[in-house]
Amino acid sequence: MAARPRIGDGPVAKTVVIGLVTLATLFMIIGPLAVIFYEALKLGLATYLTNLSTPDTRHAIWLTVATALVAVPINTAFGIAAAYAIAKFEFRGKGLLTALVELPFSISPIVAGVAYLFVYGGQGWFGPLLQDAGIKVMFAYPAIVLASLFVTAPFVAREILPLMQAQGNHEEEAAISLGASGWRTLWSVTLPNIRWALLYGIVLTNARVMGEFGAVSVVSGSIRGVTNTLPLQIELLYQDYNAAGAFAAATVLAGIALLTILAKLVVEWIEPGCSRGEAG
Amino acid sequence: MSRTVLPGFRLALGCTLAYLGVIVLLPLTALVWQSAGLGWTQFVAVVTSPRALASFRITVLAALGATAFNAVFGLGLAWVLARYEFPGKRLLDALVDVPFALPTAVAGVALTALFAANGWYGQLLEPLGIKVAYAPLGIMAAMAFTSVPFVVRSVQPVLEDLSEETEEAAATLGAGPLRTFMSVVFPAIFPAFLAGCSLAFARSLGEFGAVIFIAGNQPFRTEIAALLVFIRLEEYDYQSAAAIAVVMLAAAFAMLLVVNAIQLWHLRYMREGD
Repeated sequence: MAARPRIGDGPVAKTVVIGLVTLATLFMIIGPLAVIFYEALKLGLATYLTNLSTPDTRHAIWLTVATALVAVPINTAFGIAAAYAIAKFEFRGKGLLTALVELPFSISPIVAGVAYLFVYGGQGWFGPLLQDAGIKVMFAYPAIVLASLFVTAPFVAREILPLMQAQGNHEEEAAISLGASGWRTLWSVTLPNIRWALLYGIVLTNARVMGEFGAVSVVSGSIRGVTNTLPLQIELLYQDYNAAGAFAAATVLAGIALLTILAKLVVEWIEPGCSRGEAG
Repeated sequence: MSRTVLPGFRLALGCTLAYLGVIVLLPLTALVWQSAGLGWTQFVAVVTSPRALASFRITVLAALGATAFNAVFGLGLAWVLARYEFPGKRLLDALVDVPFALPTAVAGVALTALFAANGWYGQLLEPLGIKVAYAPLGIMAAMAFTSVPFVVRSVQPVLEDLSEETEEAAATLGAGPLRTFMSVVFPAIFPAFLAGCSLAFARSLGEFGAVIFIAGNQPFRTEIAALLVFIRLEEYDYQSAAAIAVVMLAAAFAMLLVVNAIQLWHLRYMREGD
C-alpha cells in the first residue's frame, strides 16, 4: 500500500487534467467525426441515400472494394511471411530487414505515388515496354492496387511480429518433431496462436487500403466513374461544390474506420495486450 | 544461439525480399534515378527555387506547430489513460485511434467543414480574428489531427510501467509534485516522448490528404511540399516533381534515423535503469 498518493492523484489535479484532456478530445476528435455525419444527414435521410446511390459514387465504392479484395490478401500473405522470417529465425541483417518492412510507413503517400509513376508510367522504366505490349498499368486498376500495396505493406507484420517474437519457437518445434509438415505447423500452430492480432492487422490493412488518398490520387488519374476510388470521389464531389454528396461518401469510410476501431476493442477484450502500439 | 529446426526460412525470407524489392525498393530507386537525370545543377535549381523553398518552409513550420500541440495534448492523453481510472476511459482510449483509422481525405473535408467561416468552430473563431480554414493554421490543424496517436501510443506504455517507488522516494525526500514530475517522471518518459514527437513530426511532413482540403493551397502562403509535387506532375514537369519528392524522401529517411537513434538510446536507458 502506498504511503503517499502518487503525483497528480489528488482529487483536484485529477479532475482538472481529465477534464482538460476530455475537452480537447471532444474538439479534436469527436468534432470531426460528428460533423461528417451531420453534414451528410442534415438534408434528410432520403437525400443522403440518393447521394450515396449516384452511379459515380456507386462505382467508386465498387472500385474501392475491388482494390481491397486484391490488396488485402496479398499484404496479409506478405506480412505473415515477413513476420515469420523475422520472429522465428536468427540471421544477419535482421534489423535492416525489419526497418525495410516498416519503411513505407515513413514515406509520404505522394512520394510513393510519384515513385510508381517512374516505374510504370509513360516516362517510367517499364512504361514504353508495357505500352508496346498493350498492358495498361498506370492510370488504371493495377496502379491503384500497386500503390495501395506499397502504402499498407507494413501493417499486418507490425501487428503480429511482437506477439510472434514473444511466443518463441517451442510449440512449432514440438509440432515438427512430432512429424508435422512445415505448412501444417504454420496452419495449425503458428497462425492459431496469433489469430486475433492477425485479424486486427487484416482489418487495419483493409481500412487503410480503402482510405488511401495521396498515393492513389497520383497513380489513378482520377478518371470520373472509371478510376475514382471512394476517397478520390469525395475530393471530386467536394470540388464540385457538392458537399452533401462528398459527406455522404465520407460516411461510408468513416463507418469503416469506426468498425476497425470496434474490431480492435473486441480483439483487446478477447486477448488483452495483443494489439498495442500500432502507431509507434 | 541454438539453430531452430523450423522449416521454411528460405521461402519466407525469399518471398519477403522479393516482395519488398518489387513493391518498395524498385519504385524508390526509379524515383531517385529520375531525379538524377536532372543533373546536380538543375536539381539544386529546382529544389531551391523560391516556390519550392516556400513550400518546404510552410511544411516544416506547420509540422513543428502540429507536433508542439501534440506534445502537450498527446502527453496529457497518455497521462490520463495510464494513470487514472474513470468512467469512459475505454472510449477515450479507442478515440485515440480515430485519426489513424479515418482516411485522410475524410479528415480533410471534416476539418474544413468545422473551421470554415460558417462551420461549428469557424463561427466562434472568425469573429475573434482567428482564421483557420484556408490559412496556415488550417495546415497545422490537419497535421495535428492526423498525428495525435503517435505521441500517445509512444508514451502510454512507458508511463504504465513506471514504478511507484521512485516517485515515492522523491516525495519522501520532500519534493513537491511539480519537482517530482520534472526530476523523476519526465526524465523516465523523455526518450519515448521524444520518439513519439519525432514520429508525429515525420508523419506531418508527408501529410497530404487532410491538408489539401483545408489549406487553400496558395503558392508561397499555404502550399505544402507534397502538393507542389502533385502540381508539377499535373504540369507534366516530371523531373521537378521527382526532385522535390526526393527531398521529401531524404527528409523521411533522416527522420527515420533520428527515431531509430532515440529508440536505441531509450533501450540503453531502460537497461541502465534496471
